Amino acid sequence: MRHLLTTAGLPRKTVTALLDTAEALKQSLLGREVRKLPTLRGRTVVTLFYESSTRTRASFEIAGKWMSADVVNISAGGSAVAKGESLRDTALTLTAMGADCVVLRHPASGAAHRLAGWVPAHVINAGDGTHQHPTQALLDAATLRERLGDLNGRTVTIIGDVLHSRVARSNIELLITLGARIRLVAPPTLLPRDVAHWGNALASTSGDWPVTVSHDLDAALPGSDAVMMLRVQTERMHGEFFPSAREYAISYGLTEARLGLLPEHAVVLHPGPMLRGMEIAYSVADSPRAAITEQVRNGVHVRMAVLYHLLAGRDDQTPGEEV
Amino acid sequence: MTRPFLLRGIRRYGAGEPVNLLVRNGLIAELGASVDGTGAEIFNGGGLVALPGLVDLHTHLREPGREDTETIATGSAAAALGGYTAVFAMANTDPVADTAVVVEYVYRRGRDIGLVDVHPVGAVTAGLHGQRLAELGAMATSAAAVRLFSDDGLCVHDSLLMRRALEYACGLGGVIAQHAEDPRLTAGAQAHEGRVAARLGLAGWPPAAEESIVARDCLLARDAGAALHICHVSSAGTVELLRWAKRRSIRVSAEVTPHHLLLTDERLSGYDPVNKVNPPLRTAADTEALRTALAEGIVDCVATDHAPHAAQDKDCEWSAARPGMLGLQTALSVVIATMVQPGLLDWRGVARVMSERPAQIGRAADQGRPIAVGEPANLVLVDPDATWTVHGVQLASLADNTPYEGMELPGRVVLTMLRGQVTTEDGKVQG
Repeated sequence: MRHLLTTAGLPRKTVTALLDTAEALKQSLLGREVRKLPTLRGRTVVTLFYESSTRTRASFEIAGKWMSADVVNISAGGSAVAKGESLRDTALTLTAMGADCVVLRHPASGAAHRLAGWVPAHVINAGDGTHQHPTQALLDAATLRERLGDLNGRTVTIIGDVLHSRVARSNIELLITLGARIRLVAPPTLLPRDVAHWGNALASTSGDWPVTVSHDLDAALPGSDAVMMLRVQTERMHGEFFPSAREYAISYGLTEARLGLLPEHAVVLHPGPMLRGMEIAYSVADSPRAAITEQVRNGVHVRMAVLYHLLAGRDDQTPGEEV
Repeated sequence: MTRPFLLRGIRRYGAGEPVNLLVRNGLIAELGASVDGTGAEIFNGGGLVALPGLVDLHTHLREPGREDTETIATGSAAAALGGYTAVFAMANTDPVADTAVVVEYVYRRGRDIGLVDVHPVGAVTAGLHGQRLAELGAMATSAAAVRLFSDDGLCVHDSLLMRRALEYACGLGGVIAQHAEDPRLTAGAQAHEGRVAARLGLAGWPPAAEESIVARDCLLARDAGAALHICHVSSAGTVELLRWAKRRSIRVSAEVTPHHLLLTDERLSGYDPVNKVNPPLRTAADTEALRTALAEGIVDCVATDHAPHAAQDKDCEWSAARPGMLGLQTALSVVIATMVQPGLLDWRGVARVMSERPAQIGRAADQGRPIAVGEPANLVLVDPDATWTVHGVQLASLADNTPYEGMELPGRVVLTMLRGQVTTEDGKVQG
């Protein structure tokens, strides 16, 4: 693996190796006082963020630092970017300075794909427009695996603004690869075109596409092994996608009552940041069913695993001696 | 008085026995198997296909304003090398071609360069702002004698303004060429609204944004009895609307671009903006419907929408890139690949869709004429059996990015002649 740009077409073997690595790292760091591995000493990781972010950026930074990489953070707002420099030139500048890996967040779908063609460094997509956010899907899969075990045959229900969600797109592709079935619940205005029939839409992927669509959350919950709530972005609330925040919360919010419709073992995920009272009730977010802080914790280990696989260049191994 | 010129052994419209064609004083003087043209300069045609010089209703020459991407000189060269003898230069320059002064400048530059007839297209609305009519009459009576008006790149979306434009242009013997795109339905749109764009996270450009404007404008043209031309038809749905309108004798004509005949949205998976164009590349079902419609005459002609863009406007992330692609030097080859080779059009048909109909629609009286004695010698000779590989840097345009890069295409333009003057021969501009 040279870059991590998308979860579409990622081989199951690679996904499993990444998740196994993340789990091994988590176990080895558990209870340690000094959480620092020498693995990526001398490597430089640049996080290049064109959108504001708290958790993803911090998570990558911590992941890099725990593996002893030198991590440099660059925000679009306070840099040459603000002076009109192109993404290509900024990235070429950073790699000329010796960046081994660029972690990119950008509002344009496909930005990480383009970057990978421009620079010699490894590229990790930390969110590109409404396309993909692969490490989010990996940390979600890691969390679900911890709670549910093998995901083969499990049903994951994704609820909310799928249309604009890179989290949803990444998860759909990745969870299908791991054998899960996907159910999408949203108003028709927030579903991407033909999402139940994407199987052959890209040459790199093909075949089985176990995705179904529903507009009835109450009917979808009893058969769900996990539910993934998506944040409703405030700018969508005025884009004619739905009449009002109140109506959205009534139709698609995960309330206390709806929590009761889920099977006992079902897990509640949210990628954050949450709007409590909108897509998720205050108490539901703190319930034992919710795995929201586990997701955040796993995020660090998953990102360590990705950095390790890209920068240590060993696809099928998990870190051994040095861990 | 220039020396006579003999084209020996050419096949008119690719059919019949080879004949000799003698050009004198810019006209086809003699035609026949035994014409010998003593004293004339001789070109051995060797059975090449002879067509009337191609006419492009939709070219962006970028001058004035973006001379870093194309000029009237480089665009004229690209056109002549592509087999064209006339192009219609779109109005979205800087300054906009919305006054007699600008259209006369473009017209005169084209005439001075002399490789192709450059017919400026006049803007429909002042500044392309879509708010009030530009001085269509002044442009029509100028030296440029503008007959084709378009806000191309932008849609004349205000219904009342479009109605008035159709009516007013009708009085000038003109036609409004509409870029059909309801701007409300395409806010932020990046790619054809289908599975590919949805999966790639690119905001969708729905066919209904084109089709709803086409339907509306056909009704407006019907009531005004006015002439309407639809630019770059991209969807199967638009074809159905055109079929409906033509059956009712509404005065509507339409063009399709080579790229909409050949390329589909499946090319988008790598996010390379060379594939970004407006209207967007659509599905295989759309290209199929467009090819059939062109063969049937529901879509009248092929127009390139040749739209050069600077490297920095293409070698960037998808949403930052400008829409548009080069087309003048690849159009004929793409038409051969998509229409001639599958048997949808013969060479007579190619002459119709790439020369005769566009000349009629654009009111270019001396273009798109029959290959017959007494007609202007606007001709192109094509080697139908040759193939070539497209390399952007080898094209005459200043911009060199193209979705056809590295693609092998059939058919090669061997010679282009404008009113008896050879403008290009064997891929080289003459004179």
